[in-house]
Amino acid sequence: MGCVRGERARAMKETKEITEPSMRDLFDHELHVVNVGLSTFAENIAQAGGEVVDLAWRPPAGGDIAAGLTLASLVNDPVVEEANRVAFGRYLDAQPALIDVALARDAIGALRGERRLLHAGPPIAWVDMCGPVQGAIAGAIVYEGWADSPMNAMAMANAGGVAFEPAHHHGAVGPMAGVISPSMPVWVVENTTTGKRAYCNFNEGLGKVLRFGANSTAVIERLRWMGTELYETTQAAVRELGGLELKPLIAQALHMGDEAHNRNVAATGLLLKRLLPALFATDTPSAVLRRVVDHIVGNDHFFLNLSMASCKAMLDAAAGVPHSSMVTVMARNGVNFGIRLSGTGDQWFEAPANAVDGLFFPGYGIADAAPDLGDSAITETAGLGGFAMAAAPAIVQFVGGTPADATESSRRMRTITVGTNPAFTLPALDFGPTAAGIDARLVVDSGVLPIINTGIAHRDAGVGQIGAGITTAPLDCFVAALDALARTVDMAGLE
Amino acid sequence: MTVKHRIIADLYKDSVALMVISSRLLKLEGVDAASVVMATPTNVENLVHAGLGGHPAARTSDVIVAVSGSDASCDAALDLATVLFAEQPASSGGAVAEAPPTSIQSAIARNPSASLALVSVPGEYAAAEAMKALRLGLHVMIFSDNVAVHHERSMKQYAASRGLLVMGPDCGTAIVNGLPLGFANVVRRGTIGVVGASGTGIQEVTSRIHNLGGGISQAMGTGGHDLSEEIGGISMLTGMRALEHDPDTAVIVLVSKPPAATVARVVLDEARAMRTPVVVMFLGADPATFDDGVLRGAASLADAADIAVALASGRPAASSAPGIRPEIRPLLEDAVALMAPGQKFVRGIFCGGTFCYEAQLVCLAEAITAWSNTPVVGNALLGDVNVSCEHTFLDMGDDAFTQGRPHPMIDPTLRNERVARDAADAETAVLLVDIVLGYGSAIDPASELLAVIDRAQVEAARDGRHLAVIGHVCGTDADPQDRMAIVAQLDAAGVLVASSNAEAARWAAFVANGLVR
Repeated sequence: MGCVRGERARAMKETKEITEPSMRDLFDHELHVVNVGLSTFAENIAQAGGEVVDLAWRPPAGGDIAAGLTLASLVNDPVVEEANRVAFGRYLDAQPALIDVALARDAIGALRGERRLLHAGPPIAWVDMCGPVQGAIAGAIVYEGWADSPMNAMAMANAGGVAFEPAHHHGAVGPMAGVISPSMPVWVVENTTTGKRAYCNFNEGLGKVLRFGANSTAVIERLRWMGTELYETTQAAVRELGGLELKPLIAQALHMGDEAHNRNVAATGLLLKRLLPALFATDTPSAVLRRVVDHIVGNDHFFLNLSMASCKAMLDAAAGVPHSSMVTVMARNGVNFGIRLSGTGDQWFEAPANAVDGLFFPGYGIADAAPDLGDSAITETAGLGGFAMAAAPAIVQFVGGTPADATESSRRMRTITVGTNPAFTLPALDFGPTAAGIDARLVVDSGVLPIINTGIAHRDAGVGQIGAGITTAPLDCFVAALDALARTVDMAGLE
Repeated sequence: MTVKHRIIADLYKDSVALMVISSRLLKLEGVDAASVVMATPTNVENLVHAGLGGHPAARTSDVIVAVSGSDASCDAALDLATVLFAEQPASSGGAVAEAPPTSIQSAIARNPSASLALVSVPGEYAAAEAMKALRLGLHVMIFSDNVAVHHERSMKQYAASRGLLVMGPDCGTAIVNGLPLGFANVVRRGTIGVVGASGTGIQEVTSRIHNLGGGISQAMGTGGHDLSEEIGGISMLTGMRALEHDPDTAVIVLVSKPPAATVARVVLDEARAMRTPVVVMFLGADPATFDDGVLRGAASLADAADIAVALASGRPAASSAPGIRPEIRPLLEDAVALMAPGQKFVRGIFCGGTFCYEAQLVCLAEAITAWSNTPVVGNALLGDVNVSCEHTFLDMGDDAFTQGRPHPMIDPTLRNERVARDAADAETAVLLVDIVLGYGSAIDPASELLAVIDRAQVEAARDGRHLAVIGHVCGTDADPQDRMAIVAQLDAAGVLVASSNAEAARWAAFVANGLVR
């Protein structure tokens, strides 16, 4: 019919004003479609010459329809977006520095006065604790001299003679059982931007150690040595150093094959490099010096506890921003996995821990494993550990992976975070920044779960570490957290 | 049980890499324990504790492979270890293919130009997906049905407040910027914009516009519930306004069943005030009631296309005369003459719901009162959808038929089975069918139907009957299916192929009424 497309119509409508900019936008640009559902529709669009991204869709929030609607009401919510911008900014601005070594009772107010011990993960009653945590608590009671044997210590705990609280409630963290008692030394890490401090106990080494629930005489003896000679010596050295910025040290270790959770070889070496001159400057007797250096050199995980305190300091800075969906804590108590969001205050959201996929030391298998345990997932929460897997490809071998899988893991984590941390770069990602600041909304929406690198404890107290591997944070925590967050946000979406 | 060792001198392997090898050895039949470690003093001590001790000759720079178990399996394990140490990785590193995105937000992260989400997930999840897309600034087409009305309302209100378009829920068809979405035909781009509440209705109008030489600027679906009182026609109004402001659109066509009265008033008042000419096709409403010289009323989907094409090309738009073309009349009369005395009824068996609806309206106007699983006002609800009764019109895409089966537009098997059954009924005079082409539809929608019809005619002839088979092909020559070939196949099989659904229905009514006289 000889009608030239558009011309006549344009002539007729030159005077039409544009009042629907979004619709104008839709018509004026090439259509790019996100296909959510039947793949044949995406194939058709592609065949017709259109641009389409086909989602590998599965029901969000594990198929919980109500939770899916709650999530939808929070997606791109301006209040949440702004809150996350603030929280994430505070995380990025944090500058953790090792400023001192102190006894826990001097650093943490809750450990003065009544008999109280701190433990890893969300709150849990004595009777519900797993074997390794009970074993560690019994050991700590003996170490404190509140009981003369682990058996009597257990009886004391049974009788309610000791109070228990999560370390996270007091700005502290601990790997595995995470038990911190008043007389233990702790690293004092200060966020020099805000002056707020975080604490972590000292790493005992591998084998039979308190954090895996061991409480034999040898374990207690080592704790006593750590509480005296190691404590005094490291305190003197740290004071001599006058503060040690930890972010650059971790960043350097990431370029040397560590991911600062399950690989701390490089960071331990870097720490020792900084400590040694200070140690020599303290006039410590050479026999003592030798024992202290032996302890550090003999333990590739010595730096882990400093990594954790650094991460705690960075994340505490992000905590308490109303309406923020940024995750500030992920921690396990050996029974449940718990998380906290910046925008939901001190509330814990818990779910049973997911199984660990990994490798076991000779003689042990999955049947011997305790459920996922410890505060060390604070490293993943801060964008290290599993999130920085690309830095430490050795870790993916625990689950039969390749360096390419490690890189893909770190890339995938970027899809569930508020942003990335330019302070921590990964060579394998073309020196790109590590994903950081888990956004609970993105986890629930995509079903991509935070990856956690972890050691595996024997289920029975005192046996120790029996393997290592990779696990994920359980989805249900994030679903529950969003439900609570939604109540705090003025919902502008679905009724 | 024995313990055996092998030392691999001066080899450094990461402890994790060694654990991987240990675990491989442990899987061997007859191996009780296996440990592969660097021979550091601590590790050697641990071997002793694990019952694998006894090899002092290793240096710390060596690897010790220690195994216990049967003699033969220990040897096998040591050999396997040697093989594994020599093994090169299967891949040479490099990238793992990026997994497809699992959420709309992650898809947008990959393609920031994304402008529309096409949602076809199960209905109970569709509202959340659509709402997320809107919150992320995307327009949305929701193919899914069974979305709660309050969700439809809130998402459309949200979209309207941000100038976004929601097509659906239950929107089967759209053509945006020339791109077919869902079930849609390939049509040339042009100056006619369509907003429709019915998928197959949009397909019929846009295909016919193309076949008449016209073209489509945009075709937007609203979903079947948009023009209800609860929703108030939010999507239809958004679509109309967008077309009114679209410099590429010269004519607007609205397609729907008659809206709720209050909504119809709002929509028609706004259409009347537009500078763009508007053709209104409210299926079942008398076009005269709103054809007031400003709005143009259409009597059928085909009629709407005809008027729109005339308007777009600047010709006066005359409604096509609803009579029977003179060259067709003798063919229909011949069919009547061949029928047996008991043959009386029309059996309309449709893939497209709107085709079933429109055919009922056309036949009702010709005094053919019928039964249907989706009856129009004036027809009766069929009690047992599996048994046709007198004149019967079936929407085979209705839930009553499609529970657990694919829609007949995707897979016409269900419809063809029903054609076979009704063809065998001695009272059936006319089989009225639709064949829908385009993206989404079956790639070969006719072959099986023709085989069914062939067999039916042979059986009918044996009984002294003759079946009038009347069909209509909705689609264009640009569709993925071969329209010309399909029409030729139908012709060759003796199917009377009408140029539109309304015309096919008129032919069916003509035959049925001829039998009565």
